[in-house]
Amino acid sequence: MSKKLIELKNISKSFGSTLVLDELNLYIRENEFVTLLGPSGCGKTTILRIIGGFETPDVGSVFFDGEDITKLPPNQRQLNTVFQKYALFSHMTVADNIAFGLRIKKKSSSYIEEKIKYALDLVNLPGYENRMPDSLSGGQQQRIAIARAIVNEPKVLLLDEPLGALDLKLRQEMQYELIRLKNELGITFIYVTHDQEEALTMSDTIVVMNQGYIQQIGTPESIYNEPTNAFVADFIGESNIIDGIMLKDRLVQIGGVSFECVDTGFGINEPVDVVIRPEDVELKDPEGGMTTGTVTSIIFKGVHYEIQVESAIGINFMVQTTQNFPIGCHVGISVIPDNFQIMHKPQSEDEEIMSAEDYSAGNAV
Amino acid sequence: MIGKILGKTYVGIVMLFLYAPIMVLIALSFNASRSRVLWTGFTLKWYTALFHSNAIMKAFGTTMALAFLSAAIASVIGLLAALAIYSMKRRDYKIMLFFTNIPLLNADIVTGIALMLWFVRFLPLGFSSVLMAHITFNIPYVILCILPKLETMDIRQFEAARDLGANSAYAFTRIMIPDLIPGILAGFFMAVTMSMDDFVITYFTKGAGVNTLSTLIYGEIRKGIKPEMYALSSVLFLLVLIILIVVNLLTGSEYKNSERR
Repeated sequence: MSKKLIELKNISKSFGSTLVLDELNLYIRENEFVTLLGPSGCGKTTILRIIGGFETPDVGSVFFDGEDITKLPPNQRQLNTVFQKYALFSHMTVADNIAFGLRIKKKSSSYIEEKIKYALDLVNLPGYENRMPDSLSGGQQQRIAIARAIVNEPKVLLLDEPLGALDLKLRQEMQYELIRLKNELGITFIYVTHDQEEALTMSDTIVVMNQGYIQQIGTPESIYNEPTNAFVADFIGESNIIDGIMLKDRLVQIGGVSFECVDTGFGINEPVDVVIRPEDVELKDPEGGMTTGTVTSIIFKGVHYEIQVESAIGINFMVQTTQNFPIGCHVGISVIPDNFQIMHKPQSEDEEIMSAEDYSAGNAV
Repeated sequence: MIGKILGKTYVGIVMLFLYAPIMVLIALSFNASRSRVLWTGFTLKWYTALFHSNAIMKAFGTTMALAFLSAAIASVIGLLAALAIYSMKRRDYKIMLFFTNIPLLNADIVTGIALMLWFVRFLPLGFSSVLMAHITFNIPYVILCILPKLETMDIRQFEAARDLGANSAYAFTRIMIPDLIPGILAGFFMAVTMSMDDFVITYFTKGAGVNTLSTLIYGEIRKGIKPEMYALSSVLFLLVLIILIVVNLLTGSEYKNSERR
């Protein structure tokens, strides 16, 4: 595995009386595509701004390549940022925007010219040198913002919700563009978003955050398939989160009925959260199911139907399936043991953090 | 159709009432006779008389020096003040803006007397005291012209410049100032016109021997109305008009820009 490039140690930050980050620890390896994912106000942008040098943590240190850069101003850091609303210099041409950083570094004009051409080719906008930012579409402005950042050959590119202002189609296109860029440049990307689909599509590693705490760190697959707690499960895709009791290893009770599962180590009669992904709930004939239920609503979503089923054990399941079950239809419900995700109930906020820290320590990137 | 004609007539009448007196003044400044009722022919002699009068030329020089100097100094102070106010928290921002607006709305005579009392205590009245008075009442105009530009400016552009390697001074002059230039210029010229226009505050703070065009006209008129004063007033009107047009062009082009965006 490649070396740790950026390390955040014990970072706390408050704005006024609001604690935004609390004793946060995180490291990012070289050439990783890391996404900080969480709802607005979870502290993800603050982390990015601390790495970029636009905020100073109240407590804790930031290390870059083993060197403490906590107090280093942004212009002396070997990283560049792509801002949320592009922040192009509106009174300069595209070429002047891209050349801004290089001119400060006193590069020769032939070098700068070559770099501008290279960067515009890289973001698929050749020949746009003399345009003004105002005359470009949102997607084009975004590409220029990326070009402006990468000509400086940063070791790390910070991206603050760069696709937030684009429409769906363009956003999906830009996701592929970003993955391509990341592979061509071979540098570290730190990406901030609240869009779980974006995170799952592009990242090598996802850091899920909530209220200033890291909830889980892992690959997109592990975060989706094995969320550590109900928050992560709920935030990453849709989920049925159900109260249950772990009777013993590999046996969980939901609504008075026992189901086989694969989880162990929870003790006897422990209250737990059971997470079942909507696509993992199978609907079939009433006789074939582990329990039965009645369809209460069905919505066509394009690829699949989204169905609500009121089950006999008193639990409302959300189901995603390609089959059509009309409202009022009596169905059997079953879930294979692998698809029950069992997680500890958070007793208090502290405990929730503890479990997240345990997890990140054990499974760190 | 009739409504349109009525509307245009109404606007015409309003314009007439607003500008007829000034038009009469300008017309009289070209009248060969000293009479205010009799037109005896076109002349420029009152204007030539202006340029041959030492007192008037001196007052003109003082007015110009005062206007541009006070506007320049007020622009610098106003820019710094606007930046400070902009970075304040919401509540402090409102309080500061309130205090900024007081001199703007305060009766000139109160400001004039207050400043006079203050200056008399600490320094002799003269050009420097008038200059300070003008700077004082000009600062709020500059602030009010720059603040809206700051409000609509994308502060991330400054951060982006810092991110790309600019130190804060370079990022400020290279990125923020170009965006603020229309606001700063509008503030500057607004201050120039305010300074040229002012009579009351100047009158109270000038002391003996210093005269601006407006205090000179006032002094002369008390002795009896001379046609030279019509000419002088017309010149003053024209100067202010030109600067107003410049300010409008500056802010007008900015408006078009923001619409295109």
